[in-house]
Amino acid sequence: MPADFVREVDYVARLARLFLEPEEKEHMAGQLSDILENARRIQELDTTGIEPTSHVTELPAVLREDRVRPSLPLERALQNAPRRKEGFVRVPRITLSEEEQE
Amino acid sequence: MNYDVVIGLEIHVELLTASKLFCGCSTAFGREPNSNCCPVCLGLPGSLPVFNRRAIELALKAALALNSEVQLQSRFDRKNYFYPDLPKAYQVSQYDQPLARGGYLEVEFEDGIHRVHLERVHLEEEAGKLIHAGDSIIGAGHSLVDYNRAGIPLLEIVTAPELHSGREARYFLEDLRTVLLYSGSSDCKMEEGSLRCDANISLRPKGSRELGTKAEVKNMNSFRSVELALDYEVGRQERVLSEGGKVIQETCHWDEEKKQTIALRSKEGSSDYRYFPEPDLLPLVLESSFIEELSRQLPELPARRRERLQEQYGLEKEEAFLLTANRDLGDFFEEAAKEYPDYRHLAKWVQGDLLYQLRESLKKVDELEPGLLADLLLLLDEGKINRPVAKELLAEMVKTGADPKEMVKDRGLEQISGRDTLLPVVEKVIAENPEAVENYRRGKKKALAFLVGRVMAETQGRADPAELNRILQEKI
Repeated sequence: MPADFVREVDYVARLARLFLEPEEKEHMAGQLSDILENARRIQELDTTGIEPTSHVTELPAVLREDRVRPSLPLERALQNAPRRKEGFVRVPRITLSEEEQE
Repeated sequence: MNYDVVIGLEIHVELLTASKLFCGCSTAFGREPNSNCCPVCLGLPGSLPVFNRRAIELALKAALALNSEVQLQSRFDRKNYFYPDLPKAYQVSQYDQPLARGGYLEVEFEDGIHRVHLERVHLEEEAGKLIHAGDSIIGAGHSLVDYNRAGIPLLEIVTAPELHSGREARYFLEDLRTVLLYSGSSDCKMEEGSLRCDANISLRPKGSRELGTKAEVKNMNSFRSVELALDYEVGRQERVLSEGGKVIQETCHWDEEKKQTIALRSKEGSSDYRYFPEPDLLPLVLESSFIEELSRQLPELPARRRERLQEQYGLEKEEAFLLTANRDLGDFFEEAAKEYPDYRHLAKWVQGDLLYQLRESLKKVDELEPGLLADLLLLLDEGKINRPVAKELLAEMVKTGADPKEMVKDRGLEQISGRDTLLPVVEKVIAENPEAVENYRRGKKKALAFLVGRVMAETQGRADPAELNRILQEKI
């Protein structure tokens, strides 16, 4: 498998916060290579004059009235939070301290 | 070396809807944390978004007020990134097909009116709110998340890099805020975060056309701090460049306490948002008749109103600015002007004594009947009351809404101006204060003011000051 695809997998995995074992990376690099090969073949098609399609239904979006509806009870809203403090979801630190930056 | 400063702003405003952009949760500020949440705005699997019509209308009104070209078809995309305030790990936003393109705002800077261009206006959803433990975001041990804000409709306005100082940025923002308030799109409360501003700032050698490396400044919580932060950043970049260094492309955080910008590097590394069309939302397709209807609903906008106030009422530029920036005060003025013809005089009272009394009594101008001020000024012009009495009545009118004509009648506050009425009072005061009279005759001019004061006290402040002075000087 070309090393290029392992690097791609590394990059995408980092963006997706996935931690992959070396053999998993190899496996996925193969799959990624196939996917990109398919995309390359599709790109060979002549699409001159054809509008890009983002949705297959040709319907426009539906709008709803601006009316307030009941929200979830707090217990239900927070039931999946791994940690909480009072009514908040508690999460680990986000940024590095000044010392850590240097 | 001399540098040109280049600044572009990215402004976010929360739209004034009752419910969120994609679900029926309330947008109310200051509720119990995480009490305005549902499966849609918490990003629970299987939930689907549905557009709020009002959010689209308000976004379009803002775009129209900013002369931005509304697109008949626009698309929503997922902006993917991980951050704890983003429950779905993507933000529904707009990428290459925004709601409106271009636009401009005409702003008066110190050297005249400038047309500041906009790149785009687009609609997206708000993220939740993070509260950092400790003093600041840097080095916080942990953070707390409140998702009440997540999913509130948010308008993003991006300017072209056409501003050149912290002050220009502040002037632009002040005008932008006024336009958005007039359009009714947002309440623009910076203190509640419903209007926020980030800035991109770079320096380049004078005359050069190429843009320098920019830094992004965040966390400016008032127009004043935008100005301070940008001026600080100009100085910092200038020092770096003049010492032969290079500006690093980075995000800075404005520290309000220390009055300086601090580089903020996220643990996440460089961003790659991997935008792609939001499969759960169909393209937004608008009828031109709908856009025209919204356009008709817009009120007269600030720039036009400022001009008109000067033309129609002969006001000074500063007066027109004040009465436009404070919309309710301007409305009050225009209502009162229907019943009172001396516009300049009216404007002086509105922006002077009236504004002062409103602040003193913590009242809002729209609680007050404009005709009452017109009546009060007519009483003054007709000589029925004197100035000090007029000011007292104004204070009372603002506090209680009382009618000045009735107060004058009920309390006998009419000005005493007739010679026949004033003369006996003056004679009495002269007789009772021989010492002051003597002092005045010896050349102590101040003694006259004392005697005037005595007469005013005798008449409960109602004596006509001009007439009183005349009689008094004649008699001593």
